[in-house]
Amino acid sequence: MAELRNYAAPRSLAEALQVLASGPATVLAGGTDLMPQSRSARVRFAPTLLNIQGVAELRGVRRRDGAVEIGALTTIATLRDDPAVRNGAPVLWQACDHFASDQIRNAATIGGNICNASPAGDTLVPLLVLDASVVLASGGAAGIHERRLPLSEFLTGPGRTARRPEELLVEVRIPVPASGWVDRYVKFGTRPALDISTIALALGGTLFDGRLENARLALGAVAPTAIRAHDAERVLAEGPLDRARIDRVVDAADAAIHPISDVRASDWYRRELVHNLLRRILTDVCPN
Amino acid sequence: MSALIEIEFRLNGISRRVTVPLQMSALEMLRDMMGQHGTKYGCGEGECGACTISVDHRTVNSCLKFAVDCNGRDIQTIEGLAATPFGENLNRAMVEHGAVQCGFCTPGIMMQAQQVLTDNPDASPAQIQRGLEGNLCRCTGYRKILDAIEAVAHPSPAGD
Repeated sequence: MAELRNYAAPRSLAEALQVLASGPATVLAGGTDLMPQSRSARVRFAPTLLNIQGVAELRGVRRRDGAVEIGALTTIATLRDDPAVRNGAPVLWQACDHFASDQIRNAATIGGNICNASPAGDTLVPLLVLDASVVLASGGAAGIHERRLPLSEFLTGPGRTARRPEELLVEVRIPVPASGWVDRYVKFGTRPALDISTIALALGGTLFDGRLENARLALGAVAPTAIRAHDAERVLAEGPLDRARIDRVVDAADAAIHPISDVRASDWYRRELVHNLLRRILTDVCPN
Repeated sequence: MSALIEIEFRLNGISRRVTVPLQMSALEMLRDMMGQHGTKYGCGEGECGACTISVDHRTVNSCLKFAVDCNGRDIQTIEGLAATPFGENLNRAMVEHGAVQCGFCTPGIMMQAQQVLTDNPDASPAQIQRGLEGNLCRCTGYRKILDAIEAVAHPSPAGD
């Protein structure tokens, strides 16, 4: 275990950013990933532990300008209990409801789940389908600079993101879907609680005249990051969702994934799950 | 040697001050420095719930919490719960229903049962079961544990 030398527990965002600007720091939010990862040496500590739990402005869910804005420190339990999430982003609500256990939901934060960048991260697949973006802040007392990045560009590999060392993920923004939006989420694992996804799928779009328009399809635990399947989305946009199109969507999704074989499932089994569960949600979303 | 940080927090209603290494878990701090041996180390990665404590009235896995993050917080362990009327009631129900075998999971289960019934005093059997999904018991098969918690939630009219 690398050596931690300094500790900072700021009360404001400006102070937290000042710490990040002054040298390498490991950010502590809920700790539910950081603790086991640091103990197993999968993550090495920077010299400074930056505990952001005291930065109250990073907590909470707001609905503003046609978007649901979620502070990075908002816990999964808070999201699950929030009517704006349940009504405005049901796929995210389902993922939060199936997330680990009550004890972990009470501690784990959405910002932490995103920055941990696990290919199987539970909130990532629904956030990709909802076209979420992340807000990254940097600077300090002299001024705070923000940049916004689509989540799909933020996730760059297993455990890797586009966050620069001096930046803090401060907010997740979800555009509220247009009326007529339908979505589906499925997480496959061997038990209902405390399970890391074998695969996860989410599908969303606007249902109009037998077609799924503006369709988005996201997949988890089948590639180095949670991904959007853009080719499959294009096939969905081309016409009515009949049996032949479902076959082509499944083929396009199969071409987009690169599953590994690990303790949870083989490459072959993950592909079978994607084929069958995608076929099921496509049939379910538009039964004709 | 990792840096030492002084923290202050409420433990079962009493203000406490302690100096902890930065990477120490709340579980290690509670057991090794505060003598709270009721909180158990099971898996060390949040899978089993044996280390469940309440922090600011929400249950968490103390093995996943950094001790330094306990600063300023209101913490309850099984020792604190056991001294409350609710805790005594739950304790009695656990004994009466044979919900304790080896006993290792029991403190975590009682902490989580308190959370479930505080959030929803009228919790249904299914809601109680769902609420306990983060707690493993390798002895009882859960039925007697669920019966005990249900008996606290919905005491029979005879008062048994």
